[in-house]
Amino acid sequence: MNEEKSSNQFKKFVIKRIINMFIVLFATLLITLILVGPTMDNILKRTIEFEVNEEIRNTKGLVFNSESELQEYKKERIEAHIKSLGLDEAWYSPKRLWLTLIKVMSLDFGRAYTLTSFSGSAKVIDIIMERLPRTILLFTSSTVIVTIVGLLLGALSASKVGSLIDKLTSGFAIISSSFPLWWSAMIMILLFSFTFSIFPARATPLISSTDPAYISALLYHMILPLITLVIFSFGTWAYIVRNFMIGIMGEDYIMAKRAEGIPEKKIIYSHALKNAAPPIITVVALSLSGSIGGAIISEAVFDWPGIGKLYYDAISVFDLPVIIGLTYITTIVFLISIFIADILYGFFDPRIRV
Amino acid sequence: MSALSLSNIWNELKNSKGGITGLSILAILLIASLIAFVSIPLDTFKEWRNQSYWLEYPRAAMPSWVNIFTSNKLPEHIILKGEREESIDENIKVVTYTYKFDYIFDKEPNDFMLRYDAIYNSSSLLHFSITRPDGMEIELARITLPPAKERVTGILFSTDDVIRKSISKYGSNEPLDVIFRDKDGDILKGVYEAKMSIFFFNMNDEIIDSKFIVGGKVYGLFGTDELRRDLAISIIWGAPVALFIGVSVAILAVVIGLIYGVIAGYSSRSIDEVMMRANDIVYALPALPLLILLAVFIGKSIFLMIGYLVIFSWVGVAKVARSMSLQIRNMPYIEAAELIGESKIRIIFKHIIPQLLPYTFASIAISVPGAIITEAGLSFLGLGDPTLPTWGQILHDANTYGASARGLWWWIIPPGLMITLTGLAFVLIGDTLNTIVNPRLKR
Repeated sequence: MNEEKSSNQFKKFVIKRIINMFIVLFATLLITLILVGPTMDNILKRTIEFEVNEEIRNTKGLVFNSESELQEYKKERIEAHIKSLGLDEAWYSPKRLWLTLIKVMSLDFGRAYTLTSFSGSAKVIDIIMERLPRTILLFTSSTVIVTIVGLLLGALSASKVGSLIDKLTSGFAIISSSFPLWWSAMIMILLFSFTFSIFPARATPLISSTDPAYISALLYHMILPLITLVIFSFGTWAYIVRNFMIGIMGEDYIMAKRAEGIPEKKIIYSHALKNAAPPIITVVALSLSGSIGGAIISEAVFDWPGIGKLYYDAISVFDLPVIIGLTYITTIVFLISIFIADILYGFFDPRIRV
Repeated sequence: MSALSLSNIWNELKNSKGGITGLSILAILLIASLIAFVSIPLDTFKEWRNQSYWLEYPRAAMPSWVNIFTSNKLPEHIILKGEREESIDENIKVVTYTYKFDYIFDKEPNDFMLRYDAIYNSSSLLHFSITRPDGMEIELARITLPPAKERVTGILFSTDDVIRKSISKYGSNEPLDVIFRDKDGDILKGVYEAKMSIFFFNMNDEIIDSKFIVGGKVYGLFGTDELRRDLAISIIWGAPVALFIGVSVAILAVVIGLIYGVIAGYSSRSIDEVMMRANDIVYALPALPLLILLAVFIGKSIFLMIGYLVIFSWVGVAKVARSMSLQIRNMPYIEAAELIGESKIRIIFKHIIPQLLPYTFASIAISVPGAIITEAGLSFLGLGDPTLPTWGQILHDANTYGASARGLWWWIIPPGLMITLTGLAFVLIGDTLNTIVNPRLKR
């Protein structure tokens, strides 16, 4: 009876979260569209022009007597397309907004103005999908390393509050949280590329991506960014874990375990860490998602050919379709991970579901 | 959770090492801001992006204190006004400027530059030469100036072709080598004398002003960047700008979050639910991408920037303030106040918010570094307020000119260090305040 109630409650909680996720997705998209609305029109019109040109080229049997006749035909076709897509209405009309929303949500971002993918495609979705694995490769692996190191170090510091290792961890965490990661990236390039010339300054391999040696070149170029990301983020992590643990170690049930005579080590690593799990899982999920979209600036500094660098390039050449596409993709990734974090939290800590 | 007075907080800060360090750093930054206001005229600061303003400064020069640590003294920047002489011979008027300088450094200068302002209606002749300490005279340029109607500002750079051609007869086409090195390639130290003469064929023609600049490899306290700008100005002016952004974002965000959270926590369940869902939405918005879009499409002024940052920073405070006020609303004295018939608004502002003040102070201090770092990030992306030089923008320029791969450390380290120090000051103060709010962390 009780169990059934609890599982119902959990279902309700999950549904609530899903609805929430869609509302947020809509809100973000709407804000984005309102911001780029007027310029969005131009993008769509350009796409249509391109499509009409393709259409004329591919349709056999179309013969024109003069250049002006061709232009006339083109104009007619473009206007027909514009009308059929409802582009003759202003971008803020509800019908248009709705259409654009659907378009973006189905991952149809149109064509980029100037940027192209490595294989030469100008379709925004191609460009993004080509970059995504590289970002995941670098940032997700660094996040995993940071999480593991941070967890162990955090638990260690929490078990020896006031010791040298605790003080070092806390000090390092405080210092590394007060400067931007991308600045430390610049310093690392200065040190390891210029002063000691161990690693290349630009993380984009010079050889073409179809070359079989590309993978190993990419991995070699990845070393410096990876080291930098790990060194300058594990401190903050360890500090978060430490503070969670200290909070839990003061709880009454831990006191009770101590009174029972259970060894301190066992208390820390099995009881306390287990209870610190829900908040820690949330942070892991969030930082994993952050690792996919949030490294715009660090990638730009390292010139790592991922999503962040693409964002940076798109801003500098004002490539709107790419900016919109990237915003949408990063939002989706971010929302899914928040969703997973929430669900996990609710699963581990039933108090949250209410 | 008792209300803490300001003097209590002050005592706590004074008695902790972190608090004292944070306060001292903050004091230093405030002094730097004061120095910026008093000693650096607002004009230099406004000219930050005007390239011609910085023409007389050296290019990418290291800070001058570098010379203390090296045995090879790097040349300092020399700007000479010159001594004027005038002679009239028949129909020719000759105006000569002589620039004497003692060269005592162990490296050749970065470059040199001759600048003159003159008015001449008919065609004139410019002659430019330099005499070395060993008495050798090197002719650098002999140019015919075409007639001009208005005042002319002419500039001759050491890299100009005229000079390269003119010195090629001395066996090298690198002017700096020819002038500043002897036959063995060693730097020639001693008194140099540069001389510029303009031969006018009209008696009304005149040189108004002239300067000879020997470009140094070191300059000022912070050096200069690739665009010859004095980094000291932007680094010192960056302090008040960063403090202004950080503190205003933190205060606005925390106050908005606090009021929002308390109202949600003290209202009926349905209003609370709606407010918290709205809060969730803002929390889930991807901050950096949206900040970028806002800056690109709406504007980049500093006040807009503060507004954008506030949008994304009040959420966390609101959540905590709500749960705290949920606890407080069940306290007996709130019930008593309700029974007396005090209004809801009065209860919120008189009884609940004062209880949350210590937490508020701590969160303001803790929010500052985030705001400063995010603003620096936007500036780094080239989305900063173009009328103000901020630390992030210095780093943006440094990155654009590849400063890290070229080893221009003085362009990268100081601005980042300033961001770090500012952030650190507030993190330390915030941490100390946090231990007041959560005594458990103190252990």
